[in-house]
Amino acid sequence: MIDEGKGRLFSLIYRSYMAVFLLYLVAPLLAAGVFAFNDSLFPALPWQGFTLDWFFNDTEPKLGMFHDERLLRGLENSLYIGIIVSAASVAVGTWNAFLFERSDFPFKRLLYLVMVVPLVIPGVIIGISILLFASMIANGAYAVFGSSPAWLRPGIPLIVLGQCSFLITITSLIVAARLQKFDVALEEAALNLGASRYRALFTVTLPFLFPAMFSAFVVAFLVSFENFNTTLMLVGSDAPLSITMYDRIAKVGSTPVLNAVSVFLMVTSGVLALLSVLVQGKRS
Amino acid sequence: MRSDSGKLALILFMAPFILWIVLLIVLPQLGIGYVSLREKLGPRQYTFGLGNYIDFLMEPIYWNTLLRTAWMSILVTALALLVGFPVAYYIARIAGQRSRSALLLFCLIPLWVSDLVRAFGWIVLLRESGLISGALQWMGLVSGPVEMLYNDATVVIGLVYTVVLFMIVPLYSTLDGMDEVLLEAGYNLGGSSFTVFRRIIVPYAMPGVVAGCIITFMLTAGSYLTPILLGGKSSSWFTEQIYNQFITRYNWEAGATFGVILLGFTSLAIWLGLRLTGQSLATTVARS
Amino acid sequence: MDDLRCVGVTKSFGSFTAVKEVSFGIPGGSFFSILGPSGCGKTTLMRMIAGFEKPDRGDIRIKDQSVLKRPPNRRNVKMVFQQLALFPMMSVGENIAYGLRCRGKPKEQIRGKVTSILDRIGLPGVEDKKISQLSGGQKQRIAIARCMVLDPDVLLLDEPLGALDLKLREHMKIELKQLQHQFRTTFLYITHDQSEALVMSDAVAVMNGGRFEQIGPPKELYDNPVSSFVAGFVGDSNRWTGKLELVADGVARVALGGGDTVLATIAARDSIGAADVEVFVRPEAIRIGPGGDGATLSGTVDSLLFNGANSRILVRTALGQLVEVADQVGVRAVSEGDAVQISWPRDRALCFPMRAT
Repeated sequence: MIDEGKGRLFSLIYRSYMAVFLLYLVAPLLAAGVFAFNDSLFPALPWQGFTLDWFFNDTEPKLGMFHDERLLRGLENSLYIGIIVSAASVAVGTWNAFLFERSDFPFKRLLYLVMVVPLVIPGVIIGISILLFASMIANGAYAVFGSSPAWLRPGIPLIVLGQCSFLITITSLIVAARLQKFDVALEEAALNLGASRYRALFTVTLPFLFPAMFSAFVVAFLVSFENFNTTLMLVGSDAPLSITMYDRIAKVGSTPVLNAVSVFLMVTSGVLALLSVLVQGKRS
Repeated sequence: MRSDSGKLALILFMAPFILWIVLLIVLPQLGIGYVSLREKLGPRQYTFGLGNYIDFLMEPIYWNTLLRTAWMSILVTALALLVGFPVAYYIARIAGQRSRSALLLFCLIPLWVSDLVRAFGWIVLLRESGLISGALQWMGLVSGPVEMLYNDATVVIGLVYTVVLFMIVPLYSTLDGMDEVLLEAGYNLGGSSFTVFRRIIVPYAMPGVVAGCIITFMLTAGSYLTPILLGGKSSSWFTEQIYNQFITRYNWEAGATFGVILLGFTSLAIWLGLRLTGQSLATTVARS
Repeated sequence: MDDLRCVGVTKSFGSFTAVKEVSFGIPGGSFFSILGPSGCGKTTLMRMIAGFEKPDRGDIRIKDQSVLKRPPNRRNVKMVFQQLALFPMMSVGENIAYGLRCRGKPKEQIRGKVTSILDRIGLPGVEDKKISQLSGGQKQRIAIARCMVLDPDVLLLDEPLGALDLKLREHMKIELKQLQHQFRTTFLYITHDQSEALVMSDAVAVMNGGRFEQIGPPKELYDNPVSSFVAGFVGDSNRWTGKLELVADGVARVALGGGDTVLATIAARDSIGAADVEVFVRPEAIRIGPGGDGATLSGTVDSLLFNGANSRILVRTALGQLVEVADQVGVRAVSEGDAVQISWPRDRALCFPMRAT
């Protein structure tokens, strides 16, 4: 297609470009990760030997990640938030998928657009909007009842609400895409064989949707786990790992324990993502 | 027409969707609009007006920050397009079947990893006690540690890194659908590589280009971590202003105003992008 | 007693009437087919019997009880869908057991029934296989087994052989007939393929434009069609159009263009009022050579088509029409280009008023 002589030089340049690009992609991750294993008090050269202390050691000054109280608490909070947010988002997302695929109602096209809107709102804005709205309700409740519920102040409940607001869009789209491919004849066959509507739903349709629901769960969990912009605005005293780590980075003189956390995050994200790809592949 | 019980069933069916949209999206967004119009006269005394917006226009720092964010976002988007297009093209049209999925997976790795880890990685690479500085010293090219963070170029590089994948994915899916036959016809009719590129490939890839640009622009303008961590004190990114007003200064009215401005700004950019190429929101965003 | 009876069933979608006043009864234990082209309304009719659509008017009775008020999951008519609709996420055994589990049968009983029905359809031991591991013919039988294990009053089959290749289709036709005999369940089979309907059925209803044009045993539809649609749709036929000249004693004299006239028996149910008529003659009724009391036409041999027992001689008449003549004996006394005469007896030629299209 491209003529020969010019072609080979061009092809060589192109390939080197791709190699440099891939290196560019990987460089920061390698940099962050490699120092997690360096037996030195600073995440910097020189290299002083291989060690796993930054993960597992339990004495100062080389406090490993799994013994650092604050980091562990951050991890716990992230997991807790992640699971709640993912479960809620997948549930509502699946409900929405059925709503849009199976029923007709006025303004359906418009409402579909509205459903997609949360994805184009910057995370920071979503954060402040939920913060403001919650505090307006809290003030109103205070004025009427003389007290306001704690969950309206910055903290885990607000973080959950803030993350759900745009994750529901993502899960709805993922599940709806799969639901579209479902052959309604399968449900009719189930009915014909004697199943009630609910039974048909649970034994035929939902198992079909399962790969998409699982994948949506994993995506929601990953996004929630690493979310920063929205969470930053809504965080109270219980901080998830992303906020905790940010506080540490901003302080100078952090130990390589943060590199260890990075490696941990990279490995878990990788494993989860791989899992979701595998599940999709096996079932479809 | 629907029966009454049918109507009730429909309302119940729509309930979670409506609750979510209204309580978590619509009302809060209206809320920040409302608060942005509230002017503080004194403790617990408010009046309504555009005072906050006028304050914004009057204060050069705020204005400049917005403009800076804007042009740097455009720069980042353009760079991401330049860097990402050849990559997307390579994966879509030149790589073989097996290497294609491997390459895509490889490219998606930085996406799985959090924003924080990525920014942290750049810090480790580029700070004065970091890898690149060390390497340069070791090679004898510089005499002392070199601080490469805390300037605009670094911020741009870091931002491009974060968003280039959101450019590659839509480009890849568009280019993937292009039939080789179109290119062959172009050459057959006498076109050179350049004209084929300009007249066939580029117009075909346009929807992907627009989708990619919209997404990357939005992400760049709304990003917080990368400009702050890589740019240091002189970073002045608009999202940082919002954070300051809310958390540091507790001036929620000003914060809300800035939020509305940022929202309006990104929405305007998206709308312009969609208009210029006749796409619709549902098709472009939903695709990724 | 009829297992299934429809009385005056009618269904419209907006301004389009898909099913018009359809009435028929199927005696217990028989194989009944509804034959018609796409869009004739047969699928709509079947969906109404299964309960997925509601008729606007009329009644549907199963074993002499109206089932109109019953939802689809409470009618004892089981359906084999066009794409079979086997549940891909379940094994063969789970598919077959599905209906029994819905009925709340105990596990032991279910397992026993699944094993015995797999034996009956000739596929023992496949309970644990995945649906994707089965061949087309095997999937057919599993789909039927899934329904039969529930002892339905009527089994509905919606063009189930469409996706199979020719040889397998021929084989399945015989198998289906045998299965029906074996289970002695009433089968209601809908198709657009007339050879399927003729081969398998005890009775066939020909459906066109929402109405049944004729109901009867296959041989009767073949020999004595009552409308031009049935005459043209069932079996092969040569068709001439012409003008009615004279009618006497049930015989019509029809003028084809170009001076030829033919004599044909009037077969239409209603009397022929119009002047434009159609004449149908089957290829096997036509002979090479003069002599029939129905007609004698001249022409040249256009081509010889060999197809075993279905071989044909194509003759082009003076008017330019291509006539198929059955060459059952297989001895070809003619060759391409020969000038010949073709003839047939008048009682094998059927005359109908021209169909309004």
